[in-house]
Amino acid sequence: MTIAMGSMKAGEPVFYVVDEHEHAEGHSTMLGFWIYLMSDCLIFAMLFAVYGVLGGKYAAGPAPKDLFDLSLVAVNTTFLLLSSLTYGLAMLAMGQSRVGAMMAWLVVTGLFGLGFLGIELSEFAHMIHEGATPQRSAFLSSFFTLVGTHGLHVTFGLIWLVTLIVQVRLHGLIESNRRRLFCLSMFWHFLDVIWIGVFTVVYLMGMLR
Amino acid sequence: MSTDVHAEAQVHDHGHGTAGDHSHGTRSDLWIGFAASVVLTALPFWLVMSGTLDKQVTALVIMAVAALQVVVHMVYFLHMNTRSEGGWSMMALIFTIIVVVIALSGSLWVMQHLTTNMMPMHEMSPAP
Amino acid sequence: MVDTHDLTRLIFGRLTLESLPLHEPIIVGTFAVVALGGIALLGAVTYFRLWAYLWREWFTSVDHKRIGIMYMVLGIVMLLRGFADALMMRMQQAMAFNGSEGFLPAHHYDQVFTAHGVIMIFFVAMPLVTGLMNFVVPLQIGARDVSFPFLNNFSFWMTVGGAVLVMASLFIGEFARTGWLAYPPLSNLAYSPDVGVDYYIWGLQVAGVGTTLSGINLICTIVKMRAPGMTMMRMPVFTWTSLCTNVLIVASFPVLTAVLALLSLDRYVGTNFFTNDFGGDPMMYVNLIWIWGHPEVYILVLPAFGIFSEVTSTFSGKRLFGYTSMVYATVVITILSYLVWLHHFFTMGSGASVNSFFGITTMIISIPTGAKMFNWLFTMYRGRIRFELPMMWTVAFMLTFVIGGMTGVLLAVPPADFVLHNSLFLVAHFHNVIIGGVLFGLFAGIGYWFPKAFGFKLDVFWGKLSFWFWVVGFYLAFMPLYVLGLMGVTRRLRVFDDPSLQIWFVIAGIGALLIACGIACFLIQIAVSVLRREKLADVTGDPWDARTLEWATSSPPPAYNFAFTPVVHDNDAWWDMKRRGYARPLAGFKAIHMPSNTGTGVILAGLATAMAFGLIWYIWWLAGVSFIALLAVAIRHTFNYHQSFNIPADEVVRTERARTELLAGAKS
Repeated sequence: MTIAMGSMKAGEPVFYVVDEHEHAEGHSTMLGFWIYLMSDCLIFAMLFAVYGVLGGKYAAGPAPKDLFDLSLVAVNTTFLLLSSLTYGLAMLAMGQSRVGAMMAWLVVTGLFGLGFLGIELSEFAHMIHEGATPQRSAFLSSFFTLVGTHGLHVTFGLIWLVTLIVQVRLHGLIESNRRRLFCLSMFWHFLDVIWIGVFTVVYLMGMLR
Repeated sequence: MSTDVHAEAQVHDHGHGTAGDHSHGTRSDLWIGFAASVVLTALPFWLVMSGTLDKQVTALVIMAVAALQVVVHMVYFLHMNTRSEGGWSMMALIFTIIVVVIALSGSLWVMQHLTTNMMPMHEMSPAP
Repeated sequence: MVDTHDLTRLIFGRLTLESLPLHEPIIVGTFAVVALGGIALLGAVTYFRLWAYLWREWFTSVDHKRIGIMYMVLGIVMLLRGFADALMMRMQQAMAFNGSEGFLPAHHYDQVFTAHGVIMIFFVAMPLVTGLMNFVVPLQIGARDVSFPFLNNFSFWMTVGGAVLVMASLFIGEFARTGWLAYPPLSNLAYSPDVGVDYYIWGLQVAGVGTTLSGINLICTIVKMRAPGMTMMRMPVFTWTSLCTNVLIVASFPVLTAVLALLSLDRYVGTNFFTNDFGGDPMMYVNLIWIWGHPEVYILVLPAFGIFSEVTSTFSGKRLFGYTSMVYATVVITILSYLVWLHHFFTMGSGASVNSFFGITTMIISIPTGAKMFNWLFTMYRGRIRFELPMMWTVAFMLTFVIGGMTGVLLAVPPADFVLHNSLFLVAHFHNVIIGGVLFGLFAGIGYWFPKAFGFKLDVFWGKLSFWFWVVGFYLAFMPLYVLGLMGVTRRLRVFDDPSLQIWFVIAGIGALLIACGIACFLIQIAVSVLRREKLADVTGDPWDARTLEWATSSPPPAYNFAFTPVVHDNDAWWDMKRRGYARPLAGFKAIHMPSNTGTGVILAGLATAMAFGLIWYIWWLAGVSFIALLAVAIRHTFNYHQSFNIPADEVVRTERARTELLAGAKS
């Protein structure tokens, strides 16, 4: 960056940049997206707070022990963890500009995500079938909302993933697409972090009640 | 491994002058993170499903392990460090953690006192 | 018969002809006036063929200055609506004595006080504050736009969408009758089965998305786009307070989003978060909404503090006293504002330990605020003070805000709060700090930066008139409420039994009328200034002999703000440049890369508003279709990779040459 002389004399203060170096496009995107994730984290924090306060209010209805199947949750947790790994592998492939490998890993990530959602939905369906509906008690309201909001995020993550796969196909690994893939990677890993809270606080602690 | 890093640095230099700002990590980072997460996930599930320890201890252990796993994910998957974005990512994270801790613990504290003070004695549901 | 009934329900949800409040003469009258005014406005725009111009140059603009100005216009328009509500309440309460029912039925009165609070906070104070930040911050830090210009446009239109929903509730259906925070169980479906609370929820959710996104945007702008040399501790104080405000926005609006989402689940799905049955807990709502609500207060007042800092140092001709302490005080307030929320519901019954904790934190937060007050005083001390309008507002603020702050500390004492909770004393207190702090600050800011935005100053005569009407009107309107509150009168009452109270309400009503004159004078001031713009013109770009970077460029600034990015050496960058013989660059201009305008923001916000309308009236097809369209348009937008263009170098040359000529003309 060259800086102009305020006047011809040497040693005078400089007040403006002459040979400007444009801010690269998307120079703030990573920070902006990170801050968005932090705000999203607060939404989840509130849902956890609600679960913390209302999670014991069964209203004489079913309690966690009657509803949760830990082995199913373990499978689900594995899926999400594996999808984090495969997304990481996709990002490594992107770093080496190996488009094919990257796309393959992205597809695998998406499949794990779908599997996760499928198990979660079947769990929900099973609970509702048993009469443990979100309307049944404050505990169930907060359970369905917390876990469901996480699931909703995964759903949007999948929609975004598909969009990005199409965009990489159309335009290749251009700088904007790399940036977008990186944002989605933050989103995806962030959802996994939230899930740690969910399986610990909701499922494992619930079984200890 | 070193070639990975090199290739990446080039990509970044090409993009904007912020190489290393938001690194994608290395292959070894990823596998270390994954291995640690597997252990840290399996341990609490095993503790709860087998019921080896008594409930109080289990609860404490699984909370601690969860906190540890969050840190592992942050470091190895999200590549949090004090340098990225000139330290602003870390700053944002610390501020968020402060707010989350205040709001969560505050809500629980406030609502627990409220329940103790204001609810009738024949409260049916056990306190959380 | 049954079939057609089902069909209408499918198409219109619960929206029927009876939903139109044709039986309420006041609303019908209002509607007639608004409709006539609206037709006149739309007619005028069409007659003068302004639609294309407005759409191209304003609605789709991603220029932070234009978006800032549009926010200001929105805030001022909504101020008229919110103030009309205030006037109606004051008249009602002054009349409803000795068996008189006043002129507002309970059903209507309850909507009026709810709408007043919601509109004044969300659609007056927030847009005005956001508008000023949007306009000023990039200029102050020497940037050409915000970090995410498109997002900025989208955020603005989401705020408009929320405002449109709240305004629509006046004529289609009704608004909430719950008070401005819609506490359950009253706001639950069981006790508020009609659309009022739904309008409230969706109006705030739509606007809230915009607010959160604009918060993220401005944080990134301040962090990433400062001119070279502007370290954190060289940022102007207004930029500092804006940064803290936006941090508060990003860290508190998600809480509001979450809690309103839970309330809507209770209303739409039948969950039991805040119900009285099945383990629900209405107090959890109160707890959560104040975790957002208290930071919100500081979101509004911190930028005002920033404005006062700029104004005081400019019009005292001195560097701000205690810059560092000012910055630290702001940061401390930012963090402490998360530790005091329970003081809004001391009477809930959490017990002595909880109440004393929050009472003490509340008292602590007055310390940094007091430090700021002394900083302003010491800035003025031995300064060469010019009592221009912004400075007058600042002095009025300092006197008024101290009173409001002291009554606040009184309310922070839990035992005292048990007496004063929900009384008119509280109402007087928060109007004292919001009008005396935020509104006076906004008027100071509008007067201060108006010449920057439009190239001419505001008329002083009408400004002074507006100032005195406002200040005197404020004291007449709210001091009686302190008295009434101490006598035990609670808020939101519609009729009174004790005739000895009436005189105080009449005085308060007269105060409100004076404020009405103040608002009228403010509007006249703008109109007069536009008419006399040649005489009031400022060609220097620096009419106040000010100190920060926004005054280094022309008024109004060119689209690119600065032909060359400034280099900062001092806290008061522009003052430093003037003092050390800065010479404006006259040659060597280059093409400047700028973001392109886009209509996507308007379309997305329009779809979000349509979806909200569908949800409010249970018109499920509309909600579903709008949601899918919203997703489709958003995804479609990401397929457009070319969202910027270059301002060619000769256009920059032309713009800068025109300014050179203007400056030469001013000197001769």
